[in-house]
Amino acid sequence: MSKTNKTAPASRPGFAPASRPGFAPASRPGFAAEAATTLKAVGREQCLAMYRSMLSIREFEEQIRFLFLEGKMPGTVHQYIGQEACAVGVCSALQSDDVIASTHRPHGHAIARGLPLASLMAELYGKSSGCCKGKGGSMHLGDLGRGMLPAIAIVGGNLPIVAGMALAFKMRGEKRVAVSFFGDGATNEGAFHEALNAAAIYSLPALFVCENNLYGASTAYSRVSKVENVADRAAAYGMRSAIADGMDVFAVHAAAREALAKARGGEGPTLLELKTFRLCGHSRRDPNNYMSKEEKEHWAARDPIPACERALTSAGLMSDAEQTRLKAEVAAEVQEAIRAGQQAPEPAPEDLYQDLYVSMEVPR
Amino acid sequence: MRMSIVEALREAIRGEMARDERVFCIGEDISIPGGYGGAFTVTLGLEKQFPKRMIDTPISEAVIFGMACGAAAMGLRPIADVQYGDFLLCAADQIIDNIAKLRYMSGGKLTLPLVMRAPVGVTGRGSQHAQNLETYFLSCPGIKIVAPATAYDAMGLLRTAVRDEDPVLIFEHKLLYGSKGMRSEAGSLDASSEIPEGDFTVPIGQGVVRREGRDVTLIGHLLMMHHCLLAAEALAAEGISCEVIDPRSLWPLDLPLILASVRKTGRVVIVEESPRQGGVGAEIASQIAEATPDCLLAPLTRVAAPNTPAPFAPVLEKQYVPQPERIAEAARRLVREY
Repeated sequence: MSKTNKTAPASRPGFAPASRPGFAPASRPGFAAEAATTLKAVGREQCLAMYRSMLSIREFEEQIRFLFLEGKMPGTVHQYIGQEACAVGVCSALQSDDVIASTHRPHGHAIARGLPLASLMAELYGKSSGCCKGKGGSMHLGDLGRGMLPAIAIVGGNLPIVAGMALAFKMRGEKRVAVSFFGDGATNEGAFHEALNAAAIYSLPALFVCENNLYGASTAYSRVSKVENVADRAAAYGMRSAIADGMDVFAVHAAAREALAKARGGEGPTLLELKTFRLCGHSRRDPNNYMSKEEKEHWAARDPIPACERALTSAGLMSDAEQTRLKAEVAAEVQEAIRAGQQAPEPAPEDLYQDLYVSMEVPR
Repeated sequence: MRMSIVEALREAIRGEMARDERVFCIGEDISIPGGYGGAFTVTLGLEKQFPKRMIDTPISEAVIFGMACGAAAMGLRPIADVQYGDFLLCAADQIIDNIAKLRYMSGGKLTLPLVMRAPVGVTGRGSQHAQNLETYFLSCPGIKIVAPATAYDAMGLLRTAVRDEDPVLIFEHKLLYGSKGMRSEAGSLDASSEIPEGDFTVPIGQGVVRREGRDVTLIGHLLMMHHCLLAAEALAAEGISCEVIDPRSLWPLDLPLILASVRKTGRVVIVEESPRQGGVGAEIASQIAEATPDCLLAPLTRVAAPNTPAPFAPVLEKQYVPQPERIAEAARRLVREY
């Protein structure tokens, strides 16, 4: 274990997180002024809502981690800790009738999209009041009625579906956008290439959000791609691309808003790469020993939640008292969701045979 | 009016697109001016009537079926097709993991009313353009599977499939299409039908008795149904009376129709064009065996392709595909020995 820690990252080609060329957001010229402009454009109320949403995700994930490690929660979990700014930054820029699609790591997207915490917690417990009646579980959270397709847990699998949702919007002349969230791991799947190419040739109202957290499970992105930025791959499809700091919720929001406006305005899709990091294991009990101590520390110092707090406080948009109040509210909501999830009824045996077909019974 | 399967499918699609503006077609080469209208001319010329609802795609099967899935989730009713059924495997993740499972995973909160069309059949193209894919998708809950062997059924089942709220996979046979011109197929059989006026449909899950008989039941779909009829005709001259059943739907299977025939004859030959291992015939045979342990006079018998890929050499291909003679021999043996 310590062996991996010492040797793997240092010998990995291209590994230099702190000095990665082409992306050093905090030191970019004009960054502070840009951030202030974004905050002003977003407005105080939404800024606080975004902060609150990130807090909800973090609290939800921390509580689940304990429940899971204590053996109280079934299944497996892929947690979103560290990437909160990505889901919240994008979802806060959406219209209510836009639709998102997520991955095997969907908790953050579901919360950012506004699915009720109790329906998510119940789903994780496999209860019938869950957002998928307990049939989906952690990796398939979603509720189309609330603008989120049940998450597609096969890496890269949601991208062609998102292109199809966008095709439907375009064919009907609707001003809606379909959004795909996926990780850097998806970018070597065929479905990624097929979907981006299709979205580009049909000029679909879609947004492809790559949360590049630098690792696909334990494998570093630099090991599996010679292209430094995922966004660079957009050129292969003649698609517009952008890169934003995935640890800065307001930077993500600004980038998403611009891409969404273009999609809505008939200017086609964007590949938006968010540079981020998973401040937790890939799944279950993964202690992420494949990441070096330095790398973890580097990214922990850029934790998006304290960063957001600093931004809001320094802009005079949030007082200490408000921050304390929001944290207490969120903690209480998550506890209430856990209670509701634990107490919700189990599915009935007959439910096994329901919800497969609309117009026929399951043949037995 | 007499129509081939290709014509019946084309007119059914035209009718459904005219009736419901949510219906659209998506696939490779389906509406390119100067092109073919799909590999076998099913969609030829439809773009003239529906220029905005014929979506020609790149050679990109995950996109064809993934986009159909997404569009259906948003309330459209796509008809997605592949040039050869074999290419379904390039989209297997979209079909098996997404299209078949999404409604269930959503707790019944979304519906995917979409149609998938795939030409199958061992037809002089070697191993990769000649598989019968039915068996792969038969083990996949969440999809309905139909296989029309006549133009009447092709029209009726396509209409039903488009109007159905669930994903429906239609297997069509290259030798039964009746495609013309440069897309015609050597060795084709006549599967044309007299098509009545009006909006008739064929229900999914309903088989049909193609020929009544009392000694032995022959069960086959697509091309094998026609081979069963030829075998039955030959055996009639020997005084053996065959009942021929065309399941038309493979999932759900019309088990009551099959069992009624089995109870009458007590002898069954199940015929399929794909390899015997893990085949459609295995599923049908076990369903019969479970439901009628006391009715069988003779062992359940399967006639299938060998457990090999489809070969190219014409002599080997002929040996590979169950021919009427092989079917007749199996039926004759059952009647004589039991």
